[in-house]
Amino acid sequence: MNVVVCVKQIPDPANPGKLTSETHTIVRDGKLILDDSDAYGVEMALQLVDAAGGGEVTLVSMAPHSETSGLRTALAMGAAKAILVSDDALAGSDALSTAKVLAAAIKRAEPDLVIAATESTDGYTGTTPVQVAEVLGWPSISFAKKVAVADGTVKVDRQTETGYDSVEVSLPALVTVTAGVVEPRYPSFKGIMAAKGKPVEELKVTDLGLEPGQVGAAGARQEVVSVEPAEARKAGEIVVDEGDGYEKIVAFLEQIKVI
Amino acid sequence: MTVNKIWVIVDRQGDKIAPLSLELLTKARSLGGTVEGVTWGDADAIAAEVGSYGATTLHNVGDLAGGLPGPAVAAALAAAIGAGNAPDAILVPHNYDGRDIAARLSVKIDRPVLTNVVGLEEAGDGLVTEHAIFGGTEVLKARFTGEGPGIYVVRTKSFAAEAGDGGPATVSALEVPDLGATGGAKITDRHVEESEGPKLDEAPVVVSGGRGLGEADKYSMIEDLAKLLKGAAGASRAIVDAGWVPYSHQVGQTGKTVKPTVYIAAGISGATQHMVGMKNSKNIVAINKDQEAPIFSIADLGIVGDVHKVLPKLIEALKARS
Ligand SMILES: Cc1cc2nc3c(=O)[nH]c(=O)nc-3n(C[C@H](O)[C@H](O)[C@H](O)COP(=O)(O)OP(=O)(O)OC[C@H]3O[C@@H](n4cnc5c(N)ncnc54)[C@H](O)[C@@H]3O)c2cc1C
Ligand SMILES: Nc1ncnc2c1ncn2[C@@H]1O[C@H](COP(=O)(O)O)[C@@H](O)[C@H]1O
Repeated sequence: MNVVVCVKQIPDPANPGKLTSETHTIVRDGKLILDDSDAYGVEMALQLVDAAGGGEVTLVSMAPHSETSGLRTALAMGAAKAILVSDDALAGSDALSTAKVLAAAIKRAEPDLVIAATESTDGYTGTTPVQVAEVLGWPSISFAKKVAVADGTVKVDRQTETGYDSVEVSLPALVTVTAGVVEPRYPSFKGIMAAKGKPVEELKVTDLGLEPGQVGAAGARQEVVSVEPAEARKAGEIVVDEGDGYEKIVAFLEQIKVI
Repeated sequence: MTVNKIWVIVDRQGDKIAPLSLELLTKARSLGGTVEGVTWGDADAIAAEVGSYGATTLHNVGDLAGGLPGPAVAAALAAAIGAGNAPDAILVPHNYDGRDIAARLSVKIDRPVLTNVVGLEEAGDGLVTEHAIFGGTEVLKARFTGEGPGIYVVRTKSFAAEAGDGGPATVSALEVPDLGATGGAKITDRHVEESEGPKLDEAPVVVSGGRGLGEADKYSMIEDLAKLLKGAAGASRAIVDAGWVPYSHQVGQTGKTVKPTVYIAAGISGATQHMVGMKNSKNIVAINKDQEAPIFSIADLGIVGDVHKVLPKLIEALKARS
């Protein structure tokens, strides 16, 4: 079974993000890393291919400046190869443009299953993966907390408001996974060394048969009007517990008439 | 683009209309123009309530026969739009099925989606959205450009739900075109985890625990305290991912948005993704042993201390009062 995992490469979330003052898009200078949310998808894919007893995991990513740092991490975990779409024409892409690009790249890998995260750490629109499925004309199951494949059918425990639904569909299909679906492995030293030699195919928009005018800022049909600081909460009282901290809480709850 | 017609996706929770959909209907009504609901399953049962919230028509996609709402609802709406009945705006709940519907519809009508909307206002020539970014420290405003309906995916608790005095909505069947492969996913079984006490996103008091509790067993302190205050027990994602508590307890960007009278955070650091789900609570109390924890920056009362010392005493004191 061949699985494609969509992996987003993002600025390190430990460093607070920034928006450019002119275009209000997220600054993506500096080195990008593998989005933590996608590490679950990579692990899930590796386990499913293992269980199927054959096939491989291909990564698909769209990122600026031919960025491969995040892809190398996922390759070091065990993915076989990667397709990277990197093109200046893609700057300012919204989720729909991104989905068109990812879908076109995914087609080249002819997978049985596509895995993505329910939402990314930096953009968290949460719509890109199902948009990819729709572009491909495929079924999808979002919010998987458990995934198994047998006899050409993928079975998923799909999170709901009150528990979960058992949902199944024939392949090919797209599944989005939540954090906690599996525990991502740490790349081993051997894995890291092997990743350096694994193939990363880099493509431009025109290689995918897309028109540059359809994607990126040129194709965006939404715009930022303004970015302003939110109304700040006024600073409260901070006290060090000297054994009487609980009394302060009781007094506070009385004051706001909760008790 | 002036707003003449708005569609609202009316999702269910059990037999009831999902509270978020009622919030969206209320907001749509305040924006003026015609409001129409879109639902699936038994529409007659909710037509009166949807009407009282301001919708004149309730479009019904009908029985999904075990299929997921995403593909069927999106295809039916795209067909209606193709037939010339396009609204100016489509308000979609930010939940599991809502996001699927928005994503598929977006591709079908080739329009992008504005997600994580927390505010929506008419601004002369159309709607302007608000989004809380960087943990809610900044507000980004955005709008659609170009022709075609805007798809807005709105987060819970962004607007208050308030019934109006409209009569029952007229139920109108909406035809679903052939879905082909996209409609293939089928629900084979549903598992409902029973929970007692008020719901997390409706409770006036929310007590949440984080990794600072140290171990899964200690979460019972959070539950005890919540019960004593007639509130609901919440959690940070760290302890949900660790398997201490089910996902339904998670507060934050990828969990629930809550706005209780008081939110008590115990052993929670205050990551931006957690704060964005609770920072609009009326009052915030935080207990954390690290004076530098970011949660203190938004707390009305911050106790720098050990949860294992503070919580048992607090629970005792409240028990003594009741
Ligand atoms: C895409 C994405 C989405 C996310 N969505 C969410 C979300 O919806 N909700 C969410 O909560 N998180 C979310 N997160 C995770 C978030 O970034 C944090 O990792 C998480 O909130 C941390 O949980 P925590 O505060 O319990 O743990 P920690 O950050 O580990 O904090 C534990 C705190 O407990 C304190 N502590 C330790 N011992 C004690 C003690 N004995 N007494 C008192 N205090 C003590 C420590 O000082 C520390 O401040 C998301 C992350 C990503 C990347
Ligand atoms: N540029 C991208 N490259 C690869 N995968 C992506 C990209 N953008 C989004 N995805 C996938 O879609 C998921 C959800 O992203 P988002 O819609 O930004 O919340 C991500 O976690 C990835 O799995």
